Amino acid sequence: MVSVCFYFQVHQPFRLRTDYNFFCIGKNHVYEDDKANREIIGKVAEKCYLPANRTMLKLIRKHKGRFRISYSISGVCLEQFEKYAPEVIDSFRELVSTGCVELINETYYHSLAFNFSRQEFREQVQAHKEKIRKLFAVKTTTFRNTELIYSNDVAVEIEKMGYKTILAEGANQILGWHSPNYVYQPAPCYKLNLLLKNYRLSDDLAFRFSDRNWDQWPLSADKYAEWIHKVAGNGEVINLFMDYETFGEHQWADTGIFDFLLHLPEKILAHPDFRFQTPSEVASSYQPVAKLDVPYFISWADVERDLTAWMGNSLQDSALQMAYSLETLVKKSGNANLIHTWRKLLTSDHFYYMCTKWFSDGDVHKYFNPYTSPYDAYVVYVNVLNDIKETLKQLEVLN
Amino acid sequence: MKVLMFGWEFPPYISGGLGTACFGLTRHMSDQGTNILFVLPHIKDEPVEDSFLELVAANKVDISDAKIKKIARGEPLKFFMVNSPLRPYMTDNSYLSKLDAIRSINERISKITHRKITPYSVLDTSGEYGRDLLTEVSRYAYIGGYLGATEDFDIIHAHDWMTFPAGVEAKKASGKKLVIHVHATEFDRSGDNVNQQVYDIERYGMENADRIIAVSHRTKNIIVEHYDQDPEKIIVIHNAVIKEEKLAHVRSRKGFSEKIVLFLGRVTMQKGPDYFIEAANLVLNSMQNVRFVMAGTGDMLPRMIERVAELRMQDHFHFTGFLRGVDLETMFSMSDLYVMPSVSEPFGITPFEAMLYGIPVIISKQSGISEVLTHVMMVDFWDIEKLASCIINVLRHPELAETLVESGHNDLEKISWHHAARDVINLYKEMLG
Repeated sequence: MVSVCFYFQVHQPFRLRTDYNFFCIGKNHVYEDDKANREIIGKVAEKCYLPANRTMLKLIRKHKGRFRISYSISGVCLEQFEKYAPEVIDSFRELVSTGCVELINETYYHSLAFNFSRQEFREQVQAHKEKIRKLFAVKTTTFRNTELIYSNDVAVEIEKMGYKTILAEGANQILGWHSPNYVYQPAPCYKLNLLLKNYRLSDDLAFRFSDRNWDQWPLSADKYAEWIHKVAGNGEVINLFMDYETFGEHQWADTGIFDFLLHLPEKILAHPDFRFQTPSEVASSYQPVAKLDVPYFISWADVERDLTAWMGNSLQDSALQMAYSLETLVKKSGNANLIHTWRKLLTSDHFYYMCTKWFSDGDVHKYFNPYTSPYDAYVVYVNVLNDIKETLKQLEVLN
Repeated sequence: MKVLMFGWEFPPYISGGLGTACFGLTRHMSDQGTNILFVLPHIKDEPVEDSFLELVAANKVDISDAKIKKIARGEPLKFFMVNSPLRPYMTDNSYLSKLDAIRSINERISKITHRKITPYSVLDTSGEYGRDLLTEVSRYAYIGGYLGATEDFDIIHAHDWMTFPAGVEAKKASGKKLVIHVHATEFDRSGDNVNQQVYDIERYGMENADRIIAVSHRTKNIIVEHYDQDPEKIIVIHNAVIKEEKLAHVRSRKGFSEKIVLFLGRVTMQKGPDYFIEAANLVLNSMQNVRFVMAGTGDMLPRMIERVAELRMQDHFHFTGFLRGVDLETMFSMSDLYVMPSVSEPFGITPFEAMLYGIPVIISKQSGISEVLTHVMMVDFWDIEKLASCIINVLRHPELAETLVESGHNDLEKISWHHAARDVINLYKEMLG
């Protein structure tokens, strides 16, 4: 049997006010643009989350348990749903209650914490686990790090924390001649299973679906199922990992993406050797075929599949350094509000907006980017951190 | 006496000291009985608050092709018709293309997301004029000729290179005398990378002028040395400051205890923002209770932000973008020290403004304003160690700061637009015999 494994990422950051200027420092502690955040959540819920969830539910019911999918919904996104669009939470609850949906664990704040503070990383993973348990009454056993950032070290940490499965990008630089269509084991691990994104088939939907210059456009469910079926005999699992916003937001409804989705499962299931499974089901159905050594960090971002979308330029490094330098003091304050506010500033998007790799990937970086330039993103972000620092002084944690 | 005056910017549409200087000068000239018809390109739709002079927006002048032909009876000014994405205060084209890229990307995305372009950016240059500058200069010159032929006046006065061709056209059309007023030269703006087209226009203006006003002896020397003009033709009239415009010395409440060292001006090579940053870095090595602010925008801003990030000064160095109105006043009133490290400053009016707020100032020796300030801290722009130690001294010794403020006030007592306006009017009288 070959398993098709869908995982959808659901995330929206708490965007900052673009007018948080120098004069605000020490005086004004309102950092977030409530209006913009409410509008974006409302808009994406209407265009993507709600109609996509309805489609998924329809498919799950239609195929009577044979269509199975998984989601990772960041903690900051769940919070915004609760605040601005609770009907989205209800709709996810309904999906989870079918028993055909697995929820995946990540860092609550969709942060880069693993790269800067192991302690903070563990706390955020735990916080997300709790949030999922509270909202959906399920226990998570699969982990994906922010933006599929992954290395041997991430795997070791995650195995220690008791997870059974971890997701990563099937990047060329780590796979070499290996195929992404098998279960692997991280080189230093003994129990953890590693699932790798089949980026060609994933990106056919996420990026190329509506591209009229693509020689395969228009993509039909029949054609795509045919490509999937070609894996029969030389693979065991096809991991289709993508942003959930692919449905209705990155690819608008008028591209036909929902119709495509509505017909895809039956086309795939038409082949008797194919089935849908969630990540944890895949991990318990197949044995790892090999150990995979990933000594350096990879991610699913940009053409480089590395960390340069969030760190490496001086703006990002300066901002990251200051953000994480406040960890001890912020926690020492014991002020739950302040800790939460600081943690929301760790969300990777803030650093993504500071990326200066303009021309190749700039377009993707601009998606719902509130800033005119990476320099503005930096100036606003650093102003906010300076205010946090002033708050710490006022609380007499810092002198 | 009636003057046909050509300017490039005027409050509230200003990006630099030129507008401020024109405002101060013309106000006092009109107080002293001079009628001024001030011509300005691209005036925006907002009403102008100060109506002591008649403002004419060049793009509002009704001027048909026939009329243009009629007045442009002389030879066309060929060298103006050059396609060049130049702006009054911009020199670095890579920045322009970066900014364009930023804008075009932003526009595309805002189309997709139906979101309006964010109204605020530290890189915002909306205080400045359109991009195809030489074409504008040329268009403006035709309008200058038209006004020269149709308006009634005694003398023509043109401020800085962009308006020189307009002044010359008006002179040709009317036969009246022309004064050109040099607030800055291409050598100040661009250092060694002089734009030949701009230089040519400057020189053309100087050659065709009957008299030249330079804002400092420093500028006069440049005009003599680099533009080969007769020293006798040049008169130095220093800029001044509008004193009654300022608020009382109220200190705005700061949200933090650190002292503020301010750089305020265009972030361009001419203004030496990079020396300010390097000096700040040295200061932070020996004291921490200070914050540096760079207020303004310009072609060097992205690089300056990157440099501050590189030096990891993010918790002591801030950028505000271009400030106007209340924000500008607040910025001055919050500050404890103003630094103008200009590499080449024909005059430099901002230190005056800082002094009016009771802020001590440090200026570079390479500025015209140093000719009229006798009790002020001066350093060579390139001497960042000296600049850093001056900053530390002023911040650490309040009595020194106080002395600087007091002696600055004494200097200011003697400086007034009234005198400058009188000198300009006397020049007119001398010329009209």
